[in-house]
Amino acid sequence: MSGWLVGGGGPVIPSFGHASKCLKNNGWFCTGWVHEHWGDTLQPALVQHVKLTVIAVGIGFVIAFLLALVGFRWHVFDGPIGAFSDVLYALPSIALFQLLLPVTGITTTTILIPLIAYTLFVLYRNIVAGLNGVPADVLESARGMGLTRGQTFFRVELPLAVPAIMGGLRVATVATISIATVAAFLIHYGLGAPIFDALGMPDIFRTELVAASALAILLALAADTLLALLQRALTPWNRIR
Amino acid sequence: MLASLFVDAFRFIPDNAHFLLQKTLELAELAFTALGIAMLIALPLGLWLGHRHRGLFVALGVSSLGRALPSIALIGFFIAWLGVGFWNIQIALVVIGLPPILTNTYFAVESVDADVVEAARGMGLTETQILTRVELPLGLPLIIAGIRIAAVFVIATSTIAGIVGGGGLGDIIADQATYGLAGVLAAALCVSAVALLAAGLLGLAQRAAYRRMAPSA
Repeated sequence: MSGWLVGGGGPVIPSFGHASKCLKNNGWFCTGWVHEHWGDTLQPALVQHVKLTVIAVGIGFVIAFLLALVGFRWHVFDGPIGAFSDVLYALPSIALFQLLLPVTGITTTTILIPLIAYTLFVLYRNIVAGLNGVPADVLESARGMGLTRGQTFFRVELPLAVPAIMGGLRVATVATISIATVAAFLIHYGLGAPIFDALGMPDIFRTELVAASALAILLALAADTLLALLQRALTPWNRIR
Repeated sequence: MLASLFVDAFRFIPDNAHFLLQKTLELAELAFTALGIAMLIALPLGLWLGHRHRGLFVALGVSSLGRALPSIALIGFFIAWLGVGFWNIQIALVVIGLPPILTNTYFAVESVDADVVEAARGMGLTETQILTRVELPLGLPLIIAGIRIAAVFVIATSTIAGIVGGGGLGDIIADQATYGLAGVLAAALCVSAVALLAAGLLGLAQRAAYRRMAPSA
């Protein structure tokens, strides 16, 4: 995984000289400012945030899935891997970003490593629980039908674990979108960048804070809905009615 | 380089033991007050909604909206609105802690076997008795699991309060210029210790609740 360097991009300071009344009063949501700075501030931050989330959840899912296979096949490893992912999750994100900064520099890698680590916490537990949750009589009938160990896994256990896996993926994605905003404390990237710019201004620039926060919330809800629809598509047998 | 950093961090802990302890207590006060308030609101509400089998929409909506709220945005919002202060940060932390407790409590009570509840009603138990003697004990492991998730969330988020000068270990973590990377790491280890301790204790409570449910297992 190679990160890319992140450019400076200073805060967009509203020019109060010819600003609207709303901006002068530091209103909660000045539509004029949002229109004006959608192209140079909000939209690029949103695109960066989507990139971070997709890469972090994608890599996190692959690692968690491989670890879950190990924990599922050899139960001895389940406890230690679970405990390890717990410890990773307990580390505060702002500290983790700072610790990585001297090692990986001002790059997206510094943001991605903690994000990936946090997804493991949710994903690992859910995947193992899903695979272990297949009822014993279902496995018995699979064996009775003459399915091999591999066939049982791909045709019975994995499909039945899809709801639990997708549930984990939804929680992990939403959490990643939220934690990624904190990374901008150190690296000016993603939707956290306008949030911290707004917080850094003398009176807290409310419109920018609210607009960027709203985008982060909407992105999280959209991702959650999209994954819920995907889950429905993947498990046609669960559609009652 | 990382190895020497850990050595420095482990040196920082005894050298600043008193200061770290004070900041850890501040963090515990921030986090556990918020967790307590979140429990006071979410437990009765979740129990009542779950018992009445009502408000599925509310429980699900609160949980997904709660998870979608970025904590820094939430804290920023309350500070932009009310200014920095213990109770303003409390509001943000309570909002973070509420959803997992409410959702888990709701589903814990809601998913108790309808036949069991019907049998209890047939035996002449009042609705309050059904809730406290049947549904609550049966749902307890799931309810404690919700409190556990909330505790980890709230403790982690209370460090973010440090960015805005909210007190606690976050003050050290968000101020590398003063305390150095070793100080940041030392404070982070203290936060992890608090989070793991809280999660571990609640995990034990959850296991005890399971055992009470199925004494033979």
